[in-house]
Amino acid sequence: MSNPPASAAPPSVRPPRTPWQLFWSRLRQRRIALVGGVLLVVLYSAALLAGFVAPYGYEREDRARFFHPPVRPHFSGLRLVVPQSVPVEGRQYQYEMRHDRVVPLRFFVTGDEYRLLGLIRTRLHFCGTDHKDHPVHLLGTDQLGRDVFSRLLHGSQISLSIGLVGIALTFSMGMLVGGISGYYGGWVDNGIMRLCELIMSVPGLYLILTLRATFPPDLSSTRVYLLIVVILSFIGWASMARVIRGMTLSLRERQYVLAARALGQTDLRIILRHILPNTFSYVIVAATLSVPYYILGEVILSYLAVGIQEPQASWGLMLKDAYSNYQHLQQFPWLLAPGAAIFITVLAFNFLGDGLRDAADTKA
Amino acid sequence: MRSGGAVSMEKARVFWLANAAWILPVWGGRDMGTYLLHRLFHMVPILVGVSLLTFVLMSLTPGDYYSKLENNPQITREKLEQLRAKAHLDKPWHVRYGYWMSDALRGDLGYSLEYKIPVTELILMRLWNTFLLALTALLIAWLVALPLGIWAAVRKDSWVDRGCAMVAFLGLSIPEILLGLIALLFAYATGWFPVSGVESNRYIGVDTWNAPRLLDRAHHLILPALVLAASSLAGIMRQMRSNLLDTLRADYVTAARARGLGEGWVVGKHALRNAINPLLTIFGYSLAGLLSGAFIVENIFSWPGLGRLTLEALTSQDYRLVVATVVMATALLMVGNFIADILLAWSDPRIRLRE
Repeated sequence: MSNPPASAAPPSVRPPRTPWQLFWSRLRQRRIALVGGVLLVVLYSAALLAGFVAPYGYEREDRARFFHPPVRPHFSGLRLVVPQSVPVEGRQYQYEMRHDRVVPLRFFVTGDEYRLLGLIRTRLHFCGTDHKDHPVHLLGTDQLGRDVFSRLLHGSQISLSIGLVGIALTFSMGMLVGGISGYYGGWVDNGIMRLCELIMSVPGLYLILTLRATFPPDLSSTRVYLLIVVILSFIGWASMARVIRGMTLSLRERQYVLAARALGQTDLRIILRHILPNTFSYVIVAATLSVPYYILGEVILSYLAVGIQEPQASWGLMLKDAYSNYQHLQQFPWLLAPGAAIFITVLAFNFLGDGLRDAADTKA
Repeated sequence: MRSGGAVSMEKARVFWLANAAWILPVWGGRDMGTYLLHRLFHMVPILVGVSLLTFVLMSLTPGDYYSKLENNPQITREKLEQLRAKAHLDKPWHVRYGYWMSDALRGDLGYSLEYKIPVTELILMRLWNTFLLALTALLIAWLVALPLGIWAAVRKDSWVDRGCAMVAFLGLSIPEILLGLIALLFAYATGWFPVSGVESNRYIGVDTWNAPRLLDRAHHLILPALVLAASSLAGIMRQMRSNLLDTLRADYVTAARARGLGEGWVVGKHALRNAINPLLTIFGYSLAGLLSGAFIVENIFSWPGLGRLTLEALTSQDYRLVVATVVMATALLMVGNFIADILLAWSDPRIRLRE
């Protein structure tokens, strides 16, 4: 079937393309969506392999170099080298770059121990220097002499995954509840919709922080991580359920639903197999566009000191550290790097989401 | 020229009347007044629900306002019990809620445990600041976004349109928290803007209001309001553009053009009026965004508003203050949505007849 004899099939007749193939070909025409997609692939791969890509561990403190400025590797002959930095005598946080004395930047070096993908114990890092006294701080160091670039990567594991886990939770809950609400109607629908209204009528951050306050402030970072996801999903599912309910109301009148019911399928199976799959194109677009909400939720909670705790790294926590002292930030602008990372990530999600929306919109 | 417009208006009116006629007997010919009353009554159960939800959440919080005094050797256990009893903290939450509700129904939201003054007084002070911030941001956002959106739609696919699209993308993607911090850094670096509070320190405790003081307040307001306006601006601009593009494609616009009307007249009188309508819906949404955004901006710029008050109350576990601020923020949002509904019902008869 897939490969008919050339003589039998006229060249103009092609097998009809499936909706997904159509969707994909429309998406590929939008360059900006692909840019967003590629950016996200890079960001998420870096987060996945953070321990390997980062030259140092997130806790490692370089006591000789607080607020060290970023260093840029350059070519010396055929080798990438970084200048050695020497603290200036008598002046705090000032370093002299010795371009005449360089250390080579090496790839696949051994350094701090970490677990690759959370499983394999290893010391292998993508790049770094062999000299213990002359480290390479690509994005400088913070107030404790920790490498900003490494913390950014380790932090991205938290900040970026919160978005994915969050939408997975929100959307499965929103779709299921919305589907049930729309399918059954009556008092079930009424009750669920009133609950949604209640949740949606409180301005988001007020509810988020009240929910956060019901747990002790000094939880471990793992627990806070789970807590943030649950809180953000608890608020997010309501608007999702409302939209899905609206779609279900019209979908349940379709003939294939009637047919499925006549065949004696259970209600849950009809909702899961026949109704909800028809909302997927909307759901995928909405999911992509709402990932930033979760990422920013973590940033805000960590910024307000009720999120991820030290010594773990997350983008919100790093921003909070950066802004704890204005003079520092003015002198050491590289501490804003997590802000740039947040911006790029959100931009990439918006690019991709916008392209997905255009591609899913068959009317245009 | 004018007669053309009048005919189309008249036609539209007849069309709506004809379409609405069958609904009238069902709904007993609901007019604007009953519609508004209906909407207003709808708010009451939600406000009660929100207060209940906040109460339950606050009671789940480990410890209470007086927990921090437990380690204080100067305060005896008996004294602590007395204090707790006075604040109804020794009773289960539903009893406490009963006390709170019966007081609240008489318009008394109780005393703040932290500030020792009535919660209502405290909130009114802060509410005004948040309201001022949100309103200024709203004005900035709409006054900038509408002309830009119209400009981008009229000059579709030109460099103006592309530029606006790019700016909108950046505006939508830059989180308020980051923009606020950058603005703060900017204020510090240049010294052009104050970095915190609603007014300079020299006005603290001063009751007189004069021109320099108002100017000082405005000076403090500019930067937070701009930051807050930036994110909703982009959304409104894109919405305005796409609405206008939709109406510009409509048959009546083609007809108007065919009658030889000037482009300015076509856009201003025929397309724009119809394009504004859907924007009223996002007015409500943008208000929700502004309130949540104000929470962040208030915390960055140390702006003594409702959001900051809520955070302080949550940290000190001042339960009456928490409940009151959350309910007040909800009420603010609902009133905003209510105004949007009124505008929408006023401009589009279909809505008030169907609901």
